[in-house]
Amino acid sequence: MLKVLNTAVPVACWSCSIGHTESTLFCPHCSKIQPPPGGDFFSVFGLKPRLNIDLTELEHEFHRLSRRLHPDRFARAQENEREWSLADTALLNDAYRTLRDPLRRTEYLLKLEGAEVGEETAGKNRTDPSRVPADLLEEVFELNMQLEEMRAERKALQAAGQRDVVPSEEFLQLEAQLQQAKQKFTVLLHDVDQSLRSQWTAWDEGDGAGRKAAQKAMVALLDRRRYLSNLVRDVTETLGA
Amino acid sequence: MAEGRVVGIDLGTTNSLVAFMEGDKPVVVPGVDGSNLVPSVVALDPVTEPGQRATVTVGNSARKALIQTPERVIYSVKRLMGRGLSEIQSELKLFPFRLADDVEEGEVPRIQLGEMRFTPPEISAYVLRQLKRNAERFFGQPVTQAVITVPAYFNDAQRQATKDAGRMAGLDVLRLVNEPTAAALAYGLDRAKEGTIAVYDFGGGTFDISILKLRDGIFEVQSTGGDTHLGGDDIDNLLLAIALDEIYAEHGVDLREHAGAVQALRKAVIDIKIKLSTESAAAFDIELPNGDRYQREIPREVFELLIEPILERTAVPCRQALTDAGITAEQIDEVVLVGGSTRIPAVRKLVTDLFKLAARGKKPHTDLNPDEVVALGAAVQAGILSGASQATEEMLLLDVTPLSLGIEALGGTVARIIQRNSTIPASATEHFTTGVDGQTNVAIHVLQGERELAADCRSLARFDLKGIPPMSAGLPRIEVRFLIDADGILHVTAREQRSGKEAEIEVKPTYGLTDEQVEGMILDSFDNAETDFAKRLLIEARNEAETILAAVARAPQHPAWQQLDDEEQKAIAVCRGYLMGAKDGSDVEAIRNGIAALDQSTRRFAELMMESAVTTAIRGKTMDAAGNELNDGITAPHAFAPAEFKQ
Repeated sequence: MLKVLNTAVPVACWSCSIGHTESTLFCPHCSKIQPPPGGDFFSVFGLKPRLNIDLTELEHEFHRLSRRLHPDRFARAQENEREWSLADTALLNDAYRTLRDPLRRTEYLLKLEGAEVGEETAGKNRTDPSRVPADLLEEVFELNMQLEEMRAERKALQAAGQRDVVPSEEFLQLEAQLQQAKQKFTVLLHDVDQSLRSQWTAWDEGDGAGRKAAQKAMVALLDRRRYLSNLVRDVTETLGA
Repeated sequence: MAEGRVVGIDLGTTNSLVAFMEGDKPVVVPGVDGSNLVPSVVALDPVTEPGQRATVTVGNSARKALIQTPERVIYSVKRLMGRGLSEIQSELKLFPFRLADDVEEGEVPRIQLGEMRFTPPEISAYVLRQLKRNAERFFGQPVTQAVITVPAYFNDAQRQATKDAGRMAGLDVLRLVNEPTAAALAYGLDRAKEGTIAVYDFGGGTFDISILKLRDGIFEVQSTGGDTHLGGDDIDNLLLAIALDEIYAEHGVDLREHAGAVQALRKAVIDIKIKLSTESAAAFDIELPNGDRYQREIPREVFELLIEPILERTAVPCRQALTDAGITAEQIDEVVLVGGSTRIPAVRKLVTDLFKLAARGKKPHTDLNPDEVVALGAAVQAGILSGASQATEEMLLLDVTPLSLGIEALGGTVARIIQRNSTIPASATEHFTTGVDGQTNVAIHVLQGERELAADCRSLARFDLKGIPPMSAGLPRIEVRFLIDADGILHVTAREQRSGKEAEIEVKPTYGLTDEQVEGMILDSFDNAETDFAKRLLIEARNEAETILAAVARAPQHPAWQQLDDEEQKAIAVCRGYLMGAKDGSDVEAIRNGIAALDQSTRRFAELMMESAVTTAIRGKTMDAAGNELNDGITAPHAFAPAEFKQ
């Protein structure tokens, strides 16, 4: 699982046998490639766990490490080095994919800190009615009714097979309402992202208690964000169908 | 490890090529006949004496056999690679060849070729071995390591099958590279290019789109998409169907009953398609058995109208790839065109519109020969891997997996563990437990695809985690690590964490050969031995000489022979006499020259033979053998695309 390696225990390099205590991809003495270190994704890039990250710098470091670690560089090396190059590059790629994306990065750090976070990326739990944020209850209820209506209208149109038929007044009104709702929820989504960013800074700069508070806030914000983005996706899909 | 050359191979549906880095430039290795393209066609020579083992020919000579002995020829085998029996049943209806009658579901299908049976990787291995030999002849030294290209949208099983084919041909496959990415490497080689490019690869049988970011020599794929069943073949099939219908309606002749005639009409269709890329109109002019002529002009506008729905199908993956890369069409700096079908002006127009190039004063990039660019890119990747070329020293390709990887969850849904367009190598770790007290194994079903239900995705493999220590339900904690390597191929390892025991994994690939099976299919193991090299060159040359001499000996029986004038017949006789003398000597060079000369002198005869095929077939003289086998000739993929195309 995700655990920061106890850096006090020295590891001997397989090639030069000199012990080193860093969680490292290359031996600090002979520069030979090492088996995947046990650290977290941040440590792969030599970073401390932080939510505000310089993405240009991250990409630069990703390219620099790729040049040294990639299996292409070890095509004719001995078998153990080839194996580690594969494992290390997989780790580097997994780390880069997670850290460069703001949401995945936030989820990852929260999990690292032991928080329970839903899966944003797995594409599972679509709009789960039990998780409606309390302040949105009424609007979501109405939106779901409109979505149902819209789907039914479309189905009826399709069944009739009349593609060129002029849409009814009601249909156009419904469409406009949905567009409006979509806009509104997109704005809310944007607000959540703003709040998340301010919590990032609170976490990055906070002490123990400050971090705990920020963590709790972020878990709630991620829940809300997931809900909103699924909603926006549903509306987009229904409108575009 | 041997520091020999690493070659780059484009193993295509229609044609294959081998290339290498000559200093700082990738170069295609020409075959014995001087042609860069080796048709991906494999034929068994007829057995003339009982008990004799049939020899296998590859390339142009094999393609010629398609008219005379269609039941002993196989082509377009790439379409069958890595696919299961039930998957290829419908596809096989389109080919004139048949499955071996004892093939069972769950096995890798074997194809009946004359009296022998081959799996698709074995057929591909023959093509690869021919390319390997061409390279060895060219270098005068053995070649044992290669980079092979595959369509970006190839799945795990198709990739594994390609690697197996390499091993059977005596090649250590250092890397599988995606075709559009290879093209990008060739494109970006000698320019300090920065920016975002799209590679639009529309070939004979497949369509791929890839979007890459180029920076400081790093080629980073952002997204990829495609359709493994969309290509120039679809255009041919459409035109062919129209021609067949018209012939039937206007002249009352149903050519569909004659496989050979359909194949030959297909050749006419392809000629027209190619002509329409440069001319404003092209015409059929074919003699029918009732004495009528089928004469039909097709203006380019009509052609473009007809193929519009096919071309539009390439737009869907393009838009998806843009969305996946998180960019708009305007952010694409350059579009590189790959594959023979991109010679069609309507395709170029579609690309120009799709990526909004005209408004920005740009045009699709067409400087590179679309037939060769993939092989050239494979050579660049070979240069990167061998570290032998200065030009590739700073280059690195970071590719992605085209399809999401998932495992079957409760209720038949798919839990995605590695998303599509993740940079490879990529990994994911999942934890499993037991549902019943004392349970000692857990079954895991791995799938590839984007759909929500397991039944709609492609089954990759079923893993059985065995030897779990008996514990209460839910207590064991089995960690399974999935790793997609740089070739896009999946590896799985597992460990039970509570007991620290390595769980035994039994991998049952849903489609594919076991290691032992591949081992048993390795073509002539002496192929790898470096000592026999000179001897082998001689044997090969003699074999090829025998093949062509046998064909020439049969030639006067063919009606097309009468169409040759005295001079031509005399020239063939002279070349034939020379080769008959040379082949018994031990001068490889002399035999090679003899083969080339005889091949050259019979070229017109070969053309005449092809042309006469339509009328001959209609009269039912020679083509019945093929006709009986073919149920649905109109959509059959072809082997007649030009081996050499001059721009």
